[in-house]
Amino acid sequence: MWLELENVVRRFGARSAVNGLSMRLAKGSIGCLLGPSGCGKTTALRCIAGFEPVDAGVIRAHGRVLASSEFQSPPESRQIGMVFQDYALFPHLNVLDNIAFGLHRMERAKRSRRVEEILETVGLAEHRNHFPHQLSGGQQQRVALARALAPEPEIVLLDEPFSSLDVELRERLGVEVRSVLKKLGATALLVTHDQQEAFAVADLVGVMKEGQLEQWDSPYQLYHRPATRFVADFIGQGVFIPGEVVAEGSVRTELGVMRANGNGKWHTGSHVDLLLRPDDVIHDDSSSLRAEVCQGAFRGAEFLYTLRLASGLQLLSLVPSHHDHAVGERIGIRIEPDHVVAFARD
Amino acid sequence: MSIRLLAPLLGALLLVAGVSGCGKQSSELVVYSARNEQLIKPIFDRYTAETGQKIRFVTDDAGPLIERLNAEGANSQADILMTVDAGELWHAADLGLLQSVQSDALSANIPESLRDPNNRWFGFSIRARTIVYSTERVKPEELSDYAALGGERWKGKLCLRTSKKVYNQSLVAMLIAEHGEPKAEEIVRGWVANLATEPFSNDTLLMQAIVAGQCDVGLVNTYYFGRLVREQPELPIKLFWADQAGQGVHVNISGAGVTAHAPRAAEAKKFFEWLSQPEAQTMFAGLNLEYPANPAVKADAIVLAWGDFKPSPMNVAQAGELQAAAVKLMDRVGYR
Amino acid sequence: MTADSIQSETRRGWRSPLSVVLGILLCLPALVPLVVIVHATISPEADVWAHLARYVLPEVTINTIKLLIGVGLLSSVVGTALAWLTSMCEFPGRRFFDWALLLPLAIPTYVLAFVAVGFLDYSGPLQTWLRELTGTSQWVPRIRSTGGVIVVLSLALYPYVYLLARTAFLTQGRRALEAAQTLGFGRAAATWKVALPMARPWIAAGVALVCMETLADFGAVSVFNYNTFTTAIYRAWFGMFSISAALELAGVLLVFVIAAFALERSSRAGARFTSARDMSRETTRLQLTPAMRWVAFISAGLVLALAFALPLLQLLIWSLKNASDIDSRYWGFIARSLMLAGSAVVVIVAASLLLAYLERRRSSASMKALVRLATLGYAVPGTVLAVGIVVPLVMLNNYLQGLLRTWFGAGAPVLLLQGTLLAVLIAYLARFLTVGFNPVESGLQRITRSIDEAAASLGVVGTQLIRKVHVPLLRTSLATAATLVFVDVMKEMPITLITRPPGWDTLAVRVWEMTSEGEWERAALPAVAIVLVGLIPAAMLTRRGAHVA
Repeated sequence: MWLELENVVRRFGARSAVNGLSMRLAKGSIGCLLGPSGCGKTTALRCIAGFEPVDAGVIRAHGRVLASSEFQSPPESRQIGMVFQDYALFPHLNVLDNIAFGLHRMERAKRSRRVEEILETVGLAEHRNHFPHQLSGGQQQRVALARALAPEPEIVLLDEPFSSLDVELRERLGVEVRSVLKKLGATALLVTHDQQEAFAVADLVGVMKEGQLEQWDSPYQLYHRPATRFVADFIGQGVFIPGEVVAEGSVRTELGVMRANGNGKWHTGSHVDLLLRPDDVIHDDSSSLRAEVCQGAFRGAEFLYTLRLASGLQLLSLVPSHHDHAVGERIGIRIEPDHVVAFARD
Repeated sequence: MSIRLLAPLLGALLLVAGVSGCGKQSSELVVYSARNEQLIKPIFDRYTAETGQKIRFVTDDAGPLIERLNAEGANSQADILMTVDAGELWHAADLGLLQSVQSDALSANIPESLRDPNNRWFGFSIRARTIVYSTERVKPEELSDYAALGGERWKGKLCLRTSKKVYNQSLVAMLIAEHGEPKAEEIVRGWVANLATEPFSNDTLLMQAIVAGQCDVGLVNTYYFGRLVREQPELPIKLFWADQAGQGVHVNISGAGVTAHAPRAAEAKKFFEWLSQPEAQTMFAGLNLEYPANPAVKADAIVLAWGDFKPSPMNVAQAGELQAAAVKLMDRVGYR
Repeated sequence: MTADSIQSETRRGWRSPLSVVLGILLCLPALVPLVVIVHATISPEADVWAHLARYVLPEVTINTIKLLIGVGLLSSVVGTALAWLTSMCEFPGRRFFDWALLLPLAIPTYVLAFVAVGFLDYSGPLQTWLRELTGTSQWVPRIRSTGGVIVVLSLALYPYVYLLARTAFLTQGRRALEAAQTLGFGRAAATWKVALPMARPWIAAGVALVCMETLADFGAVSVFNYNTFTTAIYRAWFGMFSISAALELAGVLLVFVIAAFALERSSRAGARFTSARDMSRETTRLQLTPAMRWVAFISAGLVLALAFALPLLQLLIWSLKNASDIDSRYWGFIARSLMLAGSAVVVIVAASLLLAYLERRRSSASMKALVRLATLGYAVPGTVLAVGIVVPLVMLNNYLQGLLRTWFGAGAPVLLLQGTLLAVLIAYLARFLTVGFNPVESGLQRITRSIDEAAASLGVVGTQLIRKVHVPLLRTSLATAATLVFVDVMKEMPITLITRPPGWDTLAVRVWEMTSEGEWERAALPAVAIVLVGLIPAAMLTRRGAHVA
């Protein structure tokens, strides 16, 4: 494995910011730690970079120990690049010098070739002589990425790299950053609280809660096969509907009997909650199942409706945007779940 | 500090400052003095006690005081300008800042060489600038006049105070007056060639250097010598009266003049006359171990112990006339 | 009212011609002497000038340049290194040194100079003792030399650099350092490559103050009998009675200053040195190796001992020798010193604040130029500036007096502007505007427009904005400005001498009374009083600074 964390713990006083974190990242892949603020993801990143010591556990890069409770290699010798949340561009250096900063051991000709190459890759060639304050936020972000990538580090860490950009730019840059990382074959670990960003950039995403990894999986799996209720809640939207296991893999709900994957074996007769994603609830005028529109959020290509069944049960439904329904209107729906996940009732 | 607090404070301050500037003609004598507070205040206090005449004074270097007087012109409140160098008084008189004072008492008490030929200023004490030597390494027979200090005997043995000090400028000016500029330049060049170390910033350091053995001879004002040996009588240094076979010891004065626009010229004149009398003379000179300007008055016992000397009879006014030439001369020969 | 209209409402007041007039008025005291000087330079007195050009200028030019380079370099190295140690590293006594290293600010340069010469010269106690012990002191470097002046001035002036560099290091955030580390630089190398260059404007501002003080210094160089522009100016004026030649020399001096400023500014080009985005929290200080810790401790201790503790000790010893000089009048000297310094603080800080706001609101090039020009007064030798202030003031006074006479006849009240506290304060304003203005300006620059706008959108504008938002944010800058002005005025001599009203003798005047007659040891007593009184705000400043940091 290229990057490996084993039961990493980092304490601040009595509180463990990182509490037994384990994960592995293969060469050339892009990982992401996703979680709400305060979940320890940034601390984990700073442990990997070497700015925070590790209180227990081990961090390895292709087998070499970077940090453990006994040993800390200094950040400068880890060959880990980092893109900071605030970019931390050197305000006294122009774009060229910022990018060349980490290439101080390279000979001059080689260095300038490398800088040109990376400038080209991030598309900043015409801004080479500008100072950071003369660049837009997106450009600064690309300089920060270029600077981190220029010395060809073994691993690149990105700490909330898009948080100070506006939403539109975020999505576009997310895709751009991914393509740059892939083009250079870089191994990268990203930290963010924004799942869109995580899904846009990363191959593997880990959802963190209270210093621990809840699930380390592909975005698809995270969305459709959340391992824990927390993950289900945190990733995407959806509602939980109560049900009772009637047979192995079959759950009866007020919407009928559904096939569900259990995260565990359910005994017949046990009570569970099923996760229904908005895309599992299909608008179908011909359906006899009717629900009242409580709220509609227009999202361009589609509406996200909050619906209420006669029983009072609320559902979320994604509906193509030409179906414009007023609040209070009753519409027909049909449940068409690809993956239904069941969780034990609290 | 909040703005609300600051604004009224500032206003009050300016008000006080401004108001205090407006006043009525007062009867207090106003003195601009380059002579230090500790050397004049006792005199003023005594005068006030004897006559009831109050005196206010401001001390500063002579240069700024003269500039201020000059700028104030007819509106000046100053009655008296007091300095510690004849050259400065000459300069003030030259700028038309001093008025002539006709007084029989002053003419009788102050020798002609110690006052302005036009009576615009008067010397009230004499300060002699002469040779000081190490009693351990120098025999008095080896010493003669100022010029001789430039001789081969004193190579690397001479200490001088900085040429920036007006006492040295006046001394060189008097050398010019006595010998003419080319000869004076030769003398000073000889001094510079004999220097044991960079010129000192004051006379006391110079004498301490002689005591420590850094050099053997130097030039000092007598009262500095007096102050030093009063504290440490055992020091192996002594004064030598220069040029006794020739012109005599170079003397300078501490003196004063009545300003051209003095509002209280008559009172100022009275003060001058009082100052020239024996009792005041003893005190004025005694405060700084100087020689009284009034020849009828004996100097302090400490001063008398250094022996009698012949002062140069040349009018000290020449120090002022030739001061600029003296400074240029010292620049030319590299006397720092 | 929308935020926009609130904004334009608040701005309108500042845009009016009144603000220009106010700006010019505040700068006037500093500008007048400069005009007097430049005027004299344009009409030279030929024969004196020829003499100066041949015999005086070459030496003083070279000496002044040597001094500037020497003091500039040494004080910036000492100040920056110590600031780095106390703000970025951990070593024994760091908390103490953090504020104690500012204490030398309270010691006037001329006092440090006469203590150093008195102690270290051939006849001083050190060399005398060495001679008694070993028979010779030949190998001791001469204190009265170029090197000696440079060391003494640097020791007296390095706190300016220290103070500003410390602020820079404490506020620049740690992200940039971390970024450099991820790019393969160790902490030490990262400091060199990143922290130092980023602190450069602050260091440069500190060095600029040091250089201006050096150029204007008369007291210390006189003690060393070291010829500089300042001494040449005095010599031309008081020795040759040529005030015009003196002012011409001052004009040349100003050219030096302007050239130095221009050079520094152009070398910075378009670079900016703060990243407003840095939201980093404080991380751990650099842990030095045990050996390096003691090196840090010893170097900080050595500087503090040489620049402060030992001189103070010597002053105390001399003071005890002349303890009989102490009398009840000392309360008066202290009170007047405090009052002058206190009023000067109020006036100068208020003026700096006003000026900084004018500059912020009307960011026109002419306003900037005016302000820059007004701050040049700091580099002009004190006596020249004093006369440059007093002479025009007296002219104004006489003009007003003339008016009064024509109105009221002979019974008109007598005006004496030049002999009032007003004159003293105006002269201080001319001299120390830079000292107050620089910290206030840089503090104000950190308050972004968006903060104003946010406040305006919440209905907080005008003086309320200043009181509720700016003053709390500016507190440190104002404290810095106030302390520097206070300490500088406490030490100031030539301006106080010429402008003070009769009877307004201060501690600094007392020092002059003694030193001008060569009685250095007796000058120790008032000097100690200056140091002790000046210490209080200096210590307060650093304590406060430590909290904010």
